[in-house]
Amino acid sequence: MKTTVVIFPGSNCDRDVIHAIEKTTGTTVETAWHRDTALPKGTDLVVLPGGFSYGDYLRCGALSARSPIIEAVSEHAGKGGLVLGICNGFQVLLETHLLPGAVLTNKTLTFICSKCYLRVENNDSPFTSGYSSGQIVQFPIAHNDGLFFLPPDELDELEKNGQVLFRYCSRKGEMSESFNPNGSLNHIAGIVNRRKNVLGLMPHPERASGAILGGVDGITMWNSIKQWVERK
Amino acid sequence: MNYSEAGLKKNEYEKIKDTLQREPNKTEMLIMGVMWSEHCCYKSTKDMLSMFSSKGKQVVAGPGENAGIVDIGCNLGLAFKVESHNHPSAVAPFQGAATGVGGIIRDILALGARPVASLDGLFFGNIENPKTRNLAEGIIRGIGGYGNAVGVPTVGGKTFYSRRYTGNPLVNALNLGLVPKDKIVSSQTAKPGQLVVLLGSKTGRDGIAGAAFASANLAEDTKESRPNIQIGDPFVEKLLIEASLELRDLGVIVSMQDMGAAGITSSSSEIAAKSEVGMVLDFDRVPLREPDMEPWEIALSESQERMLLIIREDDIDTVTKVARKWDIDHAVIGHVTEEKDYLIRFNGEIIANLPPDLIGEGCPSPEWPMKRPGYLDEKWKFDAEALQTEHEELGNTLIKLLKNPGLSDKSWIYRQYDSMVQTNTVEGPGNRDVSIIRVKDRDQLIAVSMEADPLKCELEPYQGAAETVAKAARSLAVCGADLLGMTNCLNFASPEDPSQYWVLNECIRGLADSCRELDCPVVSGNVSLYNETVMGGILPTPLVGITGLIENENRMLPSGNWQEGNFLVYAGIPNPSVAGSYYQQQIMGDIWGRPLPFSPSAEMDFMKRALKTARNKAASSGRVIKGGGLAVTIAKEAIKSGTGVKMDFVIPTRADIFFFGEGGPRAIFSVPKEKIVPFKHIWSGFPLLQLGEIKGSRVVLPGIFDISLKELETSWRNE
Repeated sequence: MKTTVVIFPGSNCDRDVIHAIEKTTGTTVETAWHRDTALPKGTDLVVLPGGFSYGDYLRCGALSARSPIIEAVSEHAGKGGLVLGICNGFQVLLETHLLPGAVLTNKTLTFICSKCYLRVENNDSPFTSGYSSGQIVQFPIAHNDGLFFLPPDELDELEKNGQVLFRYCSRKGEMSESFNPNGSLNHIAGIVNRRKNVLGLMPHPERASGAILGGVDGITMWNSIKQWVERK
Repeated sequence: MNYSEAGLKKNEYEKIKDTLQREPNKTEMLIMGVMWSEHCCYKSTKDMLSMFSSKGKQVVAGPGENAGIVDIGCNLGLAFKVESHNHPSAVAPFQGAATGVGGIIRDILALGARPVASLDGLFFGNIENPKTRNLAEGIIRGIGGYGNAVGVPTVGGKTFYSRRYTGNPLVNALNLGLVPKDKIVSSQTAKPGQLVVLLGSKTGRDGIAGAAFASANLAEDTKESRPNIQIGDPFVEKLLIEASLELRDLGVIVSMQDMGAAGITSSSSEIAAKSEVGMVLDFDRVPLREPDMEPWEIALSESQERMLLIIREDDIDTVTKVARKWDIDHAVIGHVTEEKDYLIRFNGEIIANLPPDLIGEGCPSPEWPMKRPGYLDEKWKFDAEALQTEHEELGNTLIKLLKNPGLSDKSWIYRQYDSMVQTNTVEGPGNRDVSIIRVKDRDQLIAVSMEADPLKCELEPYQGAAETVAKAARSLAVCGADLLGMTNCLNFASPEDPSQYWVLNECIRGLADSCRELDCPVVSGNVSLYNETVMGGILPTPLVGITGLIENENRMLPSGNWQEGNFLVYAGIPNPSVAGSYYQQQIMGDIWGRPLPFSPSAEMDFMKRALKTARNKAASSGRVIKGGGLAVTIAKEAIKSGTGVKMDFVIPTRADIFFFGEGGPRAIFSVPKEKIVPFKHIWSGFPLLQLGEIKGSRVVLPGIFDISLKELETSWRNE
């Protein structure tokens, strides 16, 4: 598996995701700079990491979505290549319209950093094949703007197509407002495009990739991707 | 210009005139006024600070550099320092706190270290006062807003409430950084012929002379002080961190200083003085935000996110390349000279010519009178009989203490901080009284404990300060960490009040003696005086941060990890003190008496045994007894573990003193039955008391407590 992590000015989870993928899959990870116009040759997976790219000025992810590298990322996605946007990376994917919808300020109107439980809604994707559908996993969140929003008809469409991969829930899997930290519609934490090769999620799998950090559920995502790439 | 308009005292002005052998001009006078402010030159405490010892085989850099560095093995240095941003946070809470975080991060960066974790000490006024609420919310948002975006996790801290901080809250920001030992950057290594480069933001009119503002009491109407406030941009700071570290790795940084208080002047003159060289600065070459800035404004601007670099002439192209990559400004603004003069040129003229030594070190120490405050004798006349709680009331007292804002759950604060970015956080905020981070691809864990005990410092400054150090040290020992070093932030009221000056001296003496006794070098620190408003001075608030090293994960003892069937064991003397305790304040509404005296031998004995307990895995959980005493400590362990305890033992002293008294080396451990023999062996000769067995979902001691976990937790969470 060949992974490329895109670094924008203000990215701050780039090193974390590189470390997590390298340690848990035994592969090496390359980086692309926001001003680059091409991805390293042979890239299987592109990761848009968390952080505050361009200082979150204008809107979260809005400026990054217009940086030179994005064209290459879109092209990669168009050819069926895998793209994963985590937190700010998810916001970038929304701004580039590789994924539908928008994120709004959390219902608490504050930044929230906390461990979170998620239910894997669909394991039929390159990112989630190692999980079982309905499995409860723990990934932390850390964001100010994570309330996922989409007009009702588009939301129905998203649900109907099985594009919702992760939903916020309790440790036992119950879903309610009190277990939905940011107020996302339908408790949505992560979605894929229809082709299921582009995943965006607010929680951080790289922060759940080592027992010493208090969680290992993220490792399954890296291995799912690796297996999918190797099978291809 | 008159010297007093520049903030200088008469004898200071005269010393400048004598040294220069001429009348200083306006720019020079303004520069000296700021550089000789309390905030910049520590003139009131210089002599007292010499009580601290920075000796230790692990110490790589101590006072004199931007922060201390200790050796943690594997060729790595741990840089750390705590700094105050009190006055700005009182006036503009969001920006004041944000730039406090940014400032301490640049102190660590100046050593060539990557900032890896922050902690914050917050001292707020009476929580019922709406002003406190506003200030607290702004400060917390400021810390989060900056720290989260800059990508440095906030892994812990300390929060304390007292009406004595109303109107003058304290914000103490601590940062830790890691640096390969062969890449440490010094501020003392500039050589003649080298270039002076400004890297980062343009210089503007924000925060002009903020240091002078921080060196006087706060005015009643603080709106007037707004121009003294700096505005932060964490996005630029993030770029500055990456650019500086890239330049460090390329080996082009000869010397570096962050620009904090007094901006260009203090950073450049400090490098010149410490390197024993001179410097010529061309203010025409400083990138400005506004075209018509006066030279003294350029000299003293505290615009944020700027670093001063000394580089070899040949390396300028490398600096240009890296600065362009990261989209930040840079400019060569001067050069280093052999002649030890500090010259500023502007519009083709020399507008200031001062000896670097005079700027940094020359300020005469004021001789403030010192007097032991009379209130102490009054306060010490305390009869413990005046404070009594019936056995049947102890449960209610515990519930009340758990709801006390100083002791209750702080998740409403720390949830607003990214505590996990960089993926090193092993113990973040809220879990226990130490924060622990890993070092990636190494076995070592770094533990850090932040403490303050203003109430005990108020009652007996020397003992209170020593107890503060001891509390931080005990927590590290219990989690399995060897002490590395200490940093401190000395927050006090006006030194011009003789009794406050005496209290300050006593506190420093207490910190210094206790650190020496516990073999903990003092490697860095900061002083913040004049924390006073028309409502009066703050409590004496020496805050300490102690770092420790845990060899590997297996040698770390958890907290909040009670296991069913374990014994709950109390280690420590049976008779703590209620003087200055949360309990006393809760019941009496005030504090009286004398805290327990610091006993070096008892502390060392406790720490050795606690370390052995962690290393031999002789317990499953441990927690030091601190604020709120034994009862609150038991409650917190029970809440965190999700299990109760059935206690059955003979209370060795008055029940309320035993359960709510504070001070001294004391802890509780949860010990598996099969480990009780080795555990008791480790602690043989130390007072031990087996309290009962971990089980069920209630905290029970017949006749005293019978409270469900749920009630404890909802009280603690104030739900």
